[in-house]
Amino acid sequence: MSANTATLTAAPEFPRLLGRFDPLGTFPRGRRARGELIDAVAASGLTGRGGAGFPTAIKLRAVAESGRRAVVVANGVEGEPPSAKDRFLLAQNPDLVLEGALAAAAAVGARDVILTVAAGAEYVRVRTEAAIEARRGTAQARFHLVTAPDRFVAGEESALVQLLNGGPAKPTFVPPRPFERGVDGRPTLVQNVETLANIGLIARHGPEWFRELGTVAEPGTVLVTVSGAVRKPGVHEVELGTPLRHLLCGDVPSPVAAVLVAGYFGSWVGARALDLPLSEAGLRPAGARLGARALVVLGADTCGLVETARVLDYLADESAGQCGPCKFGLRAMADAALSLASREAQPWVVDRLRILAGLVEGRGACAHPDGAAGLLRSALTLFGDEVDLHLRGHCSAAAA
Amino acid sequence: MSDLLRSSALWYLVRGSGIVALILLTAVVALGVATTTRWQAPGLHRFVTAALHRSVALLAVTFLSIHVLTSVVDSYVSIRVVDAFVPFIGSVKPVALGLGAVAFDLVVALVLTSLLRARLGFEAWRAVHWLAYLAWPVALLHGLTMGRDAGASWNVIVVVACVLTVGAALVWRLQAAKTTVVQGVA
Amino acid sequence: MSERLRVNPIACDGSGLCAELLPEMIRLDEWGYPVVDAESVPPEHEANARRAVSACPKLALFLQRAG
Repeated sequence: MSANTATLTAAPEFPRLLGRFDPLGTFPRGRRARGELIDAVAASGLTGRGGAGFPTAIKLRAVAESGRRAVVVANGVEGEPPSAKDRFLLAQNPDLVLEGALAAAAAVGARDVILTVAAGAEYVRVRTEAAIEARRGTAQARFHLVTAPDRFVAGEESALVQLLNGGPAKPTFVPPRPFERGVDGRPTLVQNVETLANIGLIARHGPEWFRELGTVAEPGTVLVTVSGAVRKPGVHEVELGTPLRHLLCGDVPSPVAAVLVAGYFGSWVGARALDLPLSEAGLRPAGARLGARALVVLGADTCGLVETARVLDYLADESAGQCGPCKFGLRAMADAALSLASREAQPWVVDRLRILAGLVEGRGACAHPDGAAGLLRSALTLFGDEVDLHLRGHCSAAAA
Repeated sequence: MSDLLRSSALWYLVRGSGIVALILLTAVVALGVATTTRWQAPGLHRFVTAALHRSVALLAVTFLSIHVLTSVVDSYVSIRVVDAFVPFIGSVKPVALGLGAVAFDLVVALVLTSLLRARLGFEAWRAVHWLAYLAWPVALLHGLTMGRDAGASWNVIVVVACVLTVGAALVWRLQAAKTTVVQGVA
Repeated sequence: MSERLRVNPIACDGSGLCAELLPEMIRLDEWGYPVVDAESVPPEHEANARRAVSACPKLALFLQRAG
């Protein structure tokens, strides 16, 4: 059943995060008020929007309960190439992000908010700086803007903390965790900018309002980046539970062969999965996760193995190079995948790829090798027929 | 035993233990370089090389301690206990003696930090361990400038052998650094 | 008290001394880095596990209380 989505209507969009916003500006900082704010976030069911999906209230409570002066880090680095939502949000609606950061700072007892953006996103930096300037003198917390290098791992939580402590933007292994001792040794709340924006909205409108959209288990709206074989790549705000199909419809020039869900650390799903809802629970049957919600659409004229090999090659280059299994394993995986993609591989390359995937998982300081291994496994599963074709020297996309 | 004989015996002990300490320190440097460059002795596990480096170092400290102790006890030359640790304040051959104190201090620091390595953490331990490359030449200089029979043929043979050994180890170490075999240990 | 062997992958530089001392629980991958058995260290291997921990030139191997 080919998924020709050209005739369907687009998903309804809800301009909560991307819509106009009038700043509230101040948040009650007393102990009871802080507790109430965190309770509101807990009642809303908000989970981290950066990719890990961790319950936000738990994170807030962990930092708030440390009893010491905390720091809030707004993570807008977004090192993942297929994802543009954080930059988009910051450029469109920096005020809402600042508002959410202020609310979070009030909730955890922080007086410093550090916004982080990637060095390459100049326009984002300019917009964010302007928004910070506009609040100077009136905000309850001090805003700082820090640029991180344009590297894939730079947005990882511990890498960001290390960068802010004067080190390289590379993940760390040694405890303590940031919520215990992070920037300057203080309890640090690291949250994605989209999560903070949601906190700002919940502080204003309350948890019941937040739950009006989305599903019961996964409430709220999310920003999704759609790219690949679409006419107009871009960022959409939809409620959780929206069928994947609706995110692509009207935009796709040719039948969809597969979609990479969750960005480079994600999984490939086939055309049949397009009816699945965009949610953790909805995607689980297809073996996929929401992750960073960066969807890359593969048209029928593109080879999934070639795309996968290209991504693995990129991920290998982007390894921080701190851990042997990741540094060498990802490169070996990429080279094997490239040989398979270019139809120059030996028959045992599939076994080799599976062994390598098993060999790198869990043996790095961060999830980088696991993400690459997961992507590879899903490619071998979904593109199994393509693998056989390639081993015989053919490719379905090349024929088209 | 007469005083003269006793002090003679002590004097031989001072010099003897000093020379043995130098030979052992030479072996320690060579074994240290072998360990850090991951040199594989044929038929031996590499952890043996590392373990030998540590054992010989402890043996060197033993002989070094005997050397220091006997030099203080020996009444023929007036070396106080403090002269063994604080350099250049001695009355007899202050520079030569001082070099010995410096070498002794460095060796004590090297061994103590190594014994407490797990508590210190790797970076702090490594920073101190680089001083090994300083301790050895200082010890050698002390030996050359301190003794009265520096010109004796067997002495020359021992010294030349030690210098050649450490020289070869250094060449090996620099060679390894170029091929980046070693990653951040001394 | 049961403990598990763990590697700090950033500190580890593949010297392989741990695998020499405890081959029953540590093997080296094709690039020389340790693949450590995640199970608790059984009593018969405890002594060698401690030796392996102290032999690591980078202090990358450590024992962690399990459970």
